[in-house]
Amino acid sequence: MAKRKTNRINSPQELEAIRESIIKSRDPSQTCIVVCGGTGCLALGAQDVIAGFRRKIQEGGLEKKLALRITGCPGFCEKGPLVVIKPENILYQQVRGEDVAEIVSETVKGNIVDRLLYTDPDTGKKITYESEVPFYKKQKRLLLGDNSNIDPTEIRDYLALGGYAALSKALFKMSPEKIIKEVKKSGLRGRGGGGFPAGVKWESCRRAEGDTKYVICNAEEGDPGAFVDRNLLEGNPHSVLEGMIIGAYAIGAHQGYVYIRNEYRLALEHLTQAIKQAEEYGFLGENILGSGFDFTVKISRGGGAYVCGESTALMASLEGKVGEPRAKYIHTVERGLWEQPTNLNNVETWANIPLIINSGANWYSTIGSEGSKGTKIFSLSGKINNTGLVEVPMGITLREIIYDIGGGIPEDRKFKAAQTGGPGGGCIPESLLNLPVDFDELTKVGSVMGSGSMIVMDETTCMVDMARYFINFLERESCGKCIPCREGLKRMSQILTDITEGKGKDGDIGLLERLSAALIDSSLCALGSTAPNPVLTTIRYFRDEYEAHIRDRRCPAGVCKLDAVIRK
Amino acid sequence: MKVKDKPAKQKVKSILGRYQGDPGMLVSVLQDVQAEYNYLPKEALVQVSQGLDIPLTQVYSVASFFKAFSLKPRGKHILNVCLGTACHVRGAVRILEEIERALGIKSGGTTKDLKYTLERVNCVGACALGPIVIVDGNYSGQMKSNKVKPLLESYN
Amino acid sequence: MVTLTIDGRKVQAEEGTTILEAARENNIYIPSLCHHEEVMPYGACRLCLVEVAWNGRQRLVASCLYEVAEGLKIRTNSERIANNRKMIMELLLARCPNNKAIQDLARQLGVKETSFKLEDNQCMLCALCVRVCQEVVGVSAISLVNRGVDREMATPFYEPSDVCIGCGSCAYVCPVEAIKFEDIGDTRYIYWPNNSMEFKLKKCKTCGNYWIPERQLEYIIKETKLPLSAFDNCPDCRD
Repeated sequence: MAKRKTNRINSPQELEAIRESIIKSRDPSQTCIVVCGGTGCLALGAQDVIAGFRRKIQEGGLEKKLALRITGCPGFCEKGPLVVIKPENILYQQVRGEDVAEIVSETVKGNIVDRLLYTDPDTGKKITYESEVPFYKKQKRLLLGDNSNIDPTEIRDYLALGGYAALSKALFKMSPEKIIKEVKKSGLRGRGGGGFPAGVKWESCRRAEGDTKYVICNAEEGDPGAFVDRNLLEGNPHSVLEGMIIGAYAIGAHQGYVYIRNEYRLALEHLTQAIKQAEEYGFLGENILGSGFDFTVKISRGGGAYVCGESTALMASLEGKVGEPRAKYIHTVERGLWEQPTNLNNVETWANIPLIINSGANWYSTIGSEGSKGTKIFSLSGKINNTGLVEVPMGITLREIIYDIGGGIPEDRKFKAAQTGGPGGGCIPESLLNLPVDFDELTKVGSVMGSGSMIVMDETTCMVDMARYFINFLERESCGKCIPCREGLKRMSQILTDITEGKGKDGDIGLLERLSAALIDSSLCALGSTAPNPVLTTIRYFRDEYEAHIRDRRCPAGVCKLDAVIRK
Repeated sequence: MKVKDKPAKQKVKSILGRYQGDPGMLVSVLQDVQAEYNYLPKEALVQVSQGLDIPLTQVYSVASFFKAFSLKPRGKHILNVCLGTACHVRGAVRILEEIERALGIKSGGTTKDLKYTLERVNCVGACALGPIVIVDGNYSGQMKSNKVKPLLESYN
Repeated sequence: MVTLTIDGRKVQAEEGTTILEAARENNIYIPSLCHHEEVMPYGACRLCLVEVAWNGRQRLVASCLYEVAEGLKIRTNSERIANNRKMIMELLLARCPNNKAIQDLARQLGVKETSFKLEDNQCMLCALCVRVCQEVVGVSAISLVNRGVDREMATPFYEPSDVCIGCGSCAYVCPVEAIKFEDIGDTRYIYWPNNSMEFKLKKCKTCGNYWIPERQLEYIIKETKLPLSAFDNCPDCRD
């Protein structure tokens, strides 16, 4: 009887042996055409480009000369569809299907297609190599940097880069307590918005009473303008899985869930495939790598509810109930999913774990600021030249992100404000551009880190309209359980709408402030208690705009249609 | 399509089997049911309630809580207009209004001929190309008011 | 037993009880709308919020959910708490301006008028009816449907329920009389905020009064396994 071939890896030694054989089977000097197949580039027509390359390479019998890799997002969404020629890392931007033939023929000859290179808007010069593009220069791409070397549907790419070495080290060279100690020492704080020290959370969960424990990956990335988690799951799902397995081992959990937004189709596809492959190779399931540790991961899809990004609402949804949050007087690490100790972390938090285990907490804690270690991925959008995903060390200034990396404001307009942290975050005005971006500094000025969305606004944005936009969003997403949030957001929305329609009254600002105080103090969950942030920060920094709408029935930014209303 | 028919009842049964009758998987079950029927028929929800052994009130509450679900039949083509912040800042509201005008329905509604359903959707993470309209999963970026009619006509 | 301080007063309470329970046992006033001793606390009305000393700050917690602990220091009233209660009542008054129970409570908490546009609801979504039906009666015939500002109490599909037994517990427990029921002749009518149902009543063999919905009787028989003949007479006519 023929022996059935299996991919299952049964020991750390086998893992290293397989890794070596994968690396040996690859020629690092072989030219590889890397095409971004992330959602952003796909929406810009990357499908044509991908199909074109496949066809041209096959037609020309060039498979041996040119490798083709479809990857996750390399971050420079503004200039997509993106193509990188490796190993030189030549960057081609805004590539169309019609450009494919030329790229193939020139690349085979060792030439560069000048017209597709990025042009530096300041110098007017063409830039050939990815690392020299200003957008990438100031970034520190610890998490995103691997994206262009990984086909997310191919686990062997991840293994070739050292994937699952951290897991092997954690299972065989470290104890659960040692792992937790290392994560604590690294200073890693939750990347979902709470900023709670991950290691401390893990420790509480490990110490909690109960034989059945759960780990959850929160991929219900609901903040408009945030696509960090989407990118990580689309482009490098194994990094997240590896982090979860290590965490589960440290905590003593044997069942994990990834709760992912239903709208993230591609991320869901890649994650599903990654789990399947991880199971095939023995990184998930029973007796992982021969360690005796069992752990499986299930995927649960969201149903279109922002509130399910809140941990207790998420867990309710995982139990087949409506996504209603509950009070957290008893933390979920003690009583969470099905009343069992549960450790929930964000996608980006999990993705940082293999890094910390591989390179050590000492190294990790040299990156970032005093209170916020490591890097943070931000999704830049709005009135900015370089929309996309940027990964920077914590503590970099807002100015550097917006101007040096983001390329400044289009059409030479003036920067007005940046909204960080989504609808529960605050607007940061021009006067605070030198603010170092980290958890505590953002909180000091009335905003939050949130999941990393950063929306830039210019002089043509009306700040009252933005406040109204965020409150409307939250009003629609409120679960409706508690009175302050359900009724309060409804009334805030009515007042802000009236103001933007020229029906504002004296006393409206005071009323908004009174409502805000009640929401902050008495809402059941963070959706309600952070909802006032955009309103309060816009009142704080842009009060004159509110007053112009109310007193003069005028929108300084020229956005609101203030019909002539007969004032009482 | 009536779920009381034998083949239709079997469809829901096989969906339930996919999740081993786990009541915690209710949302996923409902998603699969909606994928099958393009909305959530009442009879299907009754069957889900029986199959997962949970009260019908719970099934109905969950079905009406999550915006992904429609309790009314939806159109052949589903139009999603992204109203995320970046798209909003780039004029998504005007695009939505233009589509509402062209189809004669409001967002959340379906045309009388059951051809189109128009829904607003939260940020889909393609902010570089806002405003975005997604039709049957196909993204159209950098939408303008004058691109709306040609887009709709391409689905005739 | 634990000893805690409420408004400067030392009180004793059994472990596992909530601040609200401890306060009420000691005649200390904390308002609430969505609380009822027969069902699990829900924490939705936010009226029962009190201040707890926490890490050098005063933290607002829902007293219906927060468990007592040794040495806990609680304040049931302060400017902050009063402002929150007033805003909640203002919001409720605007939602249910014509509801007497809410008007009374607002007055009691010092709120005479509301700054917001008036709607016209009776139900304020405390979910006591839902919880009683689920936890006490055990049939779960009604629930809160939709989300956010569209939230309302209804039966599935807003249609007559297959499992409702017409017991009227929901009407009985509603703190603001948003659910009504009346027995007229041989029929009981239950009026929920968004739909209503009728139930055929059983006649007493002795006095001829209509006394219980047949559905409720079926349910009791199913649960107790008693014979139908045990219910030939109404409670007044039984031995």
